[in-house]
Amino acid sequence: MRELLKLQDVSLTYQAENGEVHALDSISFTAQEGEMIGIVGPSGCGKSTLLSVIAGLEPATRGTVLLGGEPVNGVSEKIGYMLQKDNLLNWRTIRSNVLLGLEIRKMLTKENVEYVENLLETYGLAEFADKYPPQLSGGMRQRAALIRTLATKPDLLLLDEAFSALDYQTRLTVTDDVLSILRREKKTALIVTHDIPESISMSDRIIVLSDRPARVKSIHKMEFPPRPGQSYALPLERRNTPAFGQYFNLIWKELDVHVETR
Amino acid sequence: MWKRDNKAGQEPLSPERVAYLQARNRRRWAIRLCRIFILISLIALWEILARIGVIDSFIMSQPSRILKTLTNLKNNGLLKHLGVTCFETLTGFSLGVILGNLVALILWWSDFLSKVAEPYLVVLNALPKVALGPVIIIWAGAGMQAIIVMALAISLIVTVLEMLSGFLSTDPELIKMARTFRATRYQTFTKIIFPSNLHTLFNSLKINIGLSLVGVIAGEFLVSKAGLGYLIVYGGQVFQMDLVMTSVLILAVVAALLYWGVTKLERLVLNAVSHTKV
Ligand SMILES: Nc1ncnc2c1ncn2[C@@H]1O[C@H](COP(=O)(O)OP(=O)(O)OP(=O)(O)O)[C@@H](O)[C@H]1O
Ligand SMILES: [Mg+2]
Repeated sequence: MRELLKLQDVSLTYQAENGEVHALDSISFTAQEGEMIGIVGPSGCGKSTLLSVIAGLEPATRGTVLLGGEPVNGVSEKIGYMLQKDNLLNWRTIRSNVLLGLEIRKMLTKENVEYVENLLETYGLAEFADKYPPQLSGGMRQRAALIRTLATKPDLLLLDEAFSALDYQTRLTVTDDVLSILRREKKTALIVTHDIPESISMSDRIIVLSDRPARVKSIHKMEFPPRPGQSYALPLERRNTPAFGQYFNLIWKELDVHVETR
Repeated sequence: MWKRDNKAGQEPLSPERVAYLQARNRRRWAIRLCRIFILISLIALWEILARIGVIDSFIMSQPSRILKTLTNLKNNGLLKHLGVTCFETLTGFSLGVILGNLVALILWWSDFLSKVAEPYLVVLNALPKVALGPVIIIWAGAGMQAIIVMALAISLIVTVLEMLSGFLSTDPELIKMARTFRATRYQTFTKIIFPSNLHTLFNSLKINIGLSLVGVIAGEFLVSKAGLGYLIVYGGQVFQMDLVMTSVLILAVVAALLYWGVTKLERLVLNAVSHTKV
């Protein structure tokens, strides 16, 4: 496997009216092609900031981000970013929503549109393509947001709490959906979540971040028996294995969550 | 989504539902009837009091005389004056909307400019624009131009402020989403900012249609040779209260119709482009 993403000593300090905020402190790690990397950390530690730096939305104060060996400079074309909310535009049909990225990048070629139509077909949204976002369920909307991100054929996907807006039931099925889509499309992804079980169920490796400023505290490899004939297990399958609970305890201790008692 | 009640082909309504709907309809009719009743009584009272001489119809006019003036539209030139006022209002209104949106776009584009402009906008907004009347007449010339500029002056700053604050409070997540696709500032505006502010636009249209009319009438008071505002001033000077009252009445109808037109347009546009209920 090839190394797709490499962070070297990435630090970031926000300059705000009321002082400096150290958000990231010498973060280094790599991601192999096809890998799912989970990122967990205490709330407010800098997870979203880390993704913004990798996406090129926010320049690092120090350090470099290499994508496919080249430094990221400005918003990268090779990266797809999925935010917590689906951010579908209510005034556009689902089809026109999922084509938005291609439209903005002026890449509405026949070939690309066909690719998107295929994605809609494969992931069960074809019959809803002419409907509007308010007419879809939360799960379907999230899938549409994923297809919008996939449409530009990114090498690396960044998911920032992409499922936290969904209710628990929907979330379990949508994570299953999304992960099988990502695996089938052979994508590499960084998945930020505050939900430890979700992270364990989706990731090949989990990076635990410290309190702000975020440092890499530890990295854990998640090993689960793959489904027959595949190289991976889906989230719901993982949740049913004995190893799951052990990983949970491990990460939980690692995160060292203090619950304040009064 | 809730069930539509009166669509055919649906399950029969429960007795409670039927009772509720009937009560609701009765109430609606009661409200409507009361409104009409009040209007008719007021007009009747006015007419009766004028006839028995309690009020002086020379000063207060009288419904029957207003009616007579109205039926005499062709001869007294009311129609022409009405046309002039409508034209001036719509022109000032359109200019205000277009220019206001342009300025708001520029200020949205440049954070620096918008900070620079802030105190000026605040002062201009608070300033009663009618006070600029004489200045406008001298600059634009005493005529229709001055009246249109007046309407424009009254609606412009409000539009700028309203639209700018709408643009600036667009959901930052939507903007971030567009940025992840490398949207330029122009693309962000046309694809995200403007469409998400259609409701802001229509709110400002609703305010502005009324304001433009205020500007036009104020302008006509000051300079004009035609228009409902001119007619009101003229009628007052020659003590033709019938003319004044009729003009005011027509003005009220015009104001209502213009507002209604904007709401109608809003429904049309919002239904066509968005699928959230208005
Ligand atoms: N534009 C900014 N300017 C100044 N400070 C910022 C900015 N964006 C984020 N911060 C600060 O940086 C820190 C890290 O924020 P970030 O959103 O990356 O955390 P997070 O781990 O994603 O939090 P959460 O768990 O709530 O999603 C926070 O303390 C936040 O207040
Ligand atoms: Mg965050």
